Amino acid sequence: MFDLDEARLADAAACLALRNEIDRIARDLPPVALMEVCGTHTTAFFRHGVRGMLPASVRLISGPGCPVCVTPTSYVDLALRLMREPGVALATFGDMIRVPGSATSIEREKGRGGRVHIVYSAMDALALARSEPRTTFVFLAVGFETTAPTIAQTVVLAEKEGVANLRLLVGHKLVPPALRALLSHPELRIDGFILPGHVSVIIGSESYRFVSEEFGVPGAICGFEPVDLLKGVLSLLDARRTGRPAIANLYGRFVKSHGNRAALSALDSIFETVDTEWRGLGRMPASGLALRPSLRHRDAALLLGDDEIARLAASARDDAACRCGEVLCGTILPTECGLFGSGCTPETPVGPCMVSTEGTCAAYFRYGRQA
Amino acid sequence: MHPSRPPEILLAHGSGGRLTHELVRSLFVRLLDNPALSPLEDAACLAVGASRIAFTTDSFVVSPVFFPGGDLGKLAVCGTVNDLAVMGARPIALSAGFLLEEGLSIERLERLVLSMRGVCDEVGVAIVTGDTKVVERGGLDQVFVNTAGVGLLDGPLPEGAGAVRPGDRILVSGPIADHGMAVLSARNDLRFDTPIESDCAPLWPVIEHLLEGSRGIRWMRDPTRGGVATTLNELVAGRPFGIELVETEIPIRPSVAALAEILGIDPLYVACEGRVLIAVAAEHADAALVRLREHRLGLGSESIGEVLADPPGRLTLRTRGGGRRVLDLLSGEQLPRIC
Amino acid sequence: MCLAVPMRLIERSGEFGIVDLRGVRREVHLGFVPDIEIGDYVLVHAGFVIEKLQRERAEEDLRLLESLLDDSADGGS
Repeated sequence: MFDLDEARLADAAACLALRNEIDRIARDLPPVALMEVCGTHTTAFFRHGVRGMLPASVRLISGPGCPVCVTPTSYVDLALRLMREPGVALATFGDMIRVPGSATSIEREKGRGGRVHIVYSAMDALALARSEPRTTFVFLAVGFETTAPTIAQTVVLAEKEGVANLRLLVGHKLVPPALRALLSHPELRIDGFILPGHVSVIIGSESYRFVSEEFGVPGAICGFEPVDLLKGVLSLLDARRTGRPAIANLYGRFVKSHGNRAALSALDSIFETVDTEWRGLGRMPASGLALRPSLRHRDAALLLGDDEIARLAASARDDAACRCGEVLCGTILPTECGLFGSGCTPETPVGPCMVSTEGTCAAYFRYGRQA
Repeated sequence: MHPSRPPEILLAHGSGGRLTHELVRSLFVRLLDNPALSPLEDAACLAVGASRIAFTTDSFVVSPVFFPGGDLGKLAVCGTVNDLAVMGARPIALSAGFLLEEGLSIERLERLVLSMRGVCDEVGVAIVTGDTKVVERGGLDQVFVNTAGVGLLDGPLPEGAGAVRPGDRILVSGPIADHGMAVLSARNDLRFDTPIESDCAPLWPVIEHLLEGSRGIRWMRDPTRGGVATTLNELVAGRPFGIELVETEIPIRPSVAALAEILGIDPLYVACEGRVLIAVAAEHADAALVRLREHRLGLGSESIGEVLADPPGRLTLRTRGGGRRVLDLLSGEQLPRIC
Repeated sequence: MCLAVPMRLIERSGEFGIVDLRGVRREVHLGFVPDIEIGDYVLVHAGFVIEKLQRERAEEDLRLLESLLDDSADGGS
C-alpha cells in the first residue's frame, strides 16, 4: 500500500542540499525580503529551525496570516458580552480564548464562571447544541478560507436537522484581499510570497495570479515540512534571479489550480463577502464573510440589540503602544516594538500577535531568542 | 488589560511554565524563605538525627478523573513516590488528603483508593495517615487529592545538579507525552478515538535498579507538568551550561505524535507521569542505558541529548531537518488549535 | 488557519467516514471530496476532509527529492 512518507520530507540531507542551492543563488542577488502569509508557516519556519538555515541576505517577514491576530478587539468584546447572556455557552477553537479584549479575555471570564467549550471542529459545537436544546451555543467562527467551509457545512447540517440553538459570531477573513492590500502598501517592499498551503487547497493556485501578473511579485505555495519550506524559498529566489515572477504550486500533492469546488460551494451557500475590519490593517473592502440574509437566525450578534452592538464596537480599546498592525504588515520586526518582551509577553499579551502560538511576536518570543 | 503581573490567579499559573515559576519565586519562596526550601528540588532533603530524609508534597487535579492507563488515585501516589525517587530516596511512608465534592459516588471513591493501594503495594510503601474534607456540590470538580511523602536517603544518590558538566548525556526512560495526550484524548468533547494510555507508573523500582548498578548519575527528574522541555529548562536556568536535544533521538509513540500533530500541540511540553530524565557522565552513559533497559519501566530508554558549554542557561533542539531551535519555557497550557 | 494533517480513510458511511493516523481515529465529514475510497490518504482540517492526496504528484515530489540528493552526492550542480 502506498505510504505517504512525510518523514522523507524532513530528511536532513535533503534540507542540506536545498540550503546549499539557496546559498548559491542568494550570493548573486541583492538582499531579499520574503513574506509568509500563513501563521502555520511562521510557526513551521521557527519550529523546524529553518529560519536559522537561511543566509543573512534573505529576510523573512510574517504577514497577517494568523486569524487570531487579525481579529479586532471589538469581536472579542462582543463574544465576552454574549458569554454573560443567560442561557448562552460559547464554543470555540483553542487559541481564541486568550485573545485580549478591551478589558479581559475569554480565558479569564471562564475562570469567573462563564461557560466555554473548546472544540476541535464546528461539528462538535453542533453535537453540543443537539445534546442541550435549551442552551444557545455561540460558535466563534474565525479562520480563513480553510476553516470557513467547515463552518458553512456545519450550518447546512444544522439547517437540515432543524437544530435551532447553534449560532455563529462570524469573524472569517479572506487571504487574497489582504495580499492585494499589502502589495498596494506604499512602504512595503516584498520580493516574494510564501503562500498559505491549506487556504490554497480550498481557493486554488489560480487565486493568486494577480500577485505575479498585476504586481510582478512571485509566489510559492508550499507545504509545512522543512523540505517544503526550503523549496519555497528556493523557488522565490530563483524567480528573482530569472526576473520571471510566477505563482509556483509546490504543494501539488494537495493543491489544485481551481481549489475545492464543493468546499467553495458550501461557503457560498451560507456566507457572503463583506467589508471587514482587520486588526492593525483597518477596514478592507470585500475581505471578510458574513451570514447571508436568509441565515440571520444563525447570527449570534443579533441576540443583542443594535444599540448595544454599536456601543461595544465604539468602546473597543486597543493599547496605544501596541504595534501589532505594523508587525502584521511586516514593516517592523517584533523586536522593534517597545512592548515586546517587557510589557507584552506570551503570558501577559497586549496584542493578539503575542497571544496565538503562531502569532509573529509569540513565535519570535518562543523560538527566535538567541543567546 | 494591563500587561504587567496579573493581580489574580489564572489557569495558566497551574501549567508549570513561566507563570508558575514566577509565582513560586516571587510569592511562596519570598514569604516562606528557608534553606531547605530554596533549592526548589522535587523533594526537600533534611537531616534527622544521623539520617537524611527527603520530604515532598503534591496535589492532584485531573479531568477526567478516570483516564486510559490510570486515574487520579494512581497519579497521586506515583507523583509523590516519583518526587522522592528522583532524589534517590527510598519511599517510606505517604499521607493522603482528600477534598471531596458533595455528591461524589462512594463507588468512584473506592476505585480511586484501591488504585492507590495497588501502587503502594507495588512500591512497598503505605499511606499511613490521611484526611478528608467535603465541599458543597459545585465547589470543586469531584475530587482533589494531596499526597505527601517521606523517603530515606540511605542508598547510592545522584550527585546533584551542581555536578552536571559539558559532555554529560541526557537520557529519558521511555517514550514521551503519553500521559498528557491520554488525558486530552479522553476528553469527550474532542471526540477522538485513540489507543493512547497514560504512562503513569511509580519510578522507584527502576531508579533503585539504576542507582545500584551505575556510576556518574548526576541528576534526575520526572518530566511531569510542562513536559521534557520545561523540566530541562529548570535544570539549565542560571547555570553555566546548556543542553541540546536531538529531535530524531527523542522516543515518542506514533499515536501520541499523531494526536499531538492533529491538535497542534508540541509533545516536548506535554506531561509524562512514569518517565525519568537523567543527566549522566559521558563515560557512564552507555552503561546507564543498558542498566535502565534491563528494567520493565526502562525498556524504551534512549539517549536524547548532551550538555554543552555554550550557550549557557539555554535548552535547544537540533531539528530533524538539521536546523536548531530554542526550547523556551511556555507561559500557559497548550490548547488544541486549528490554526 | 492551516493546521491540516494527512490521514487515511478507513471507513465510510455516506457523508461521514472514519480516518486514521497511526492509531488515532476520528469521525470526519467527507462532503467536500466525494470521490474518495477506503485506503486513500486525505487532508483533514477541523473534522472535515478538505482534499485527497494526489498520488502522482506526491510520488513525483519524492522522485525529485531523491534526484536532488543524488545530485548533491555527486558533488552538486
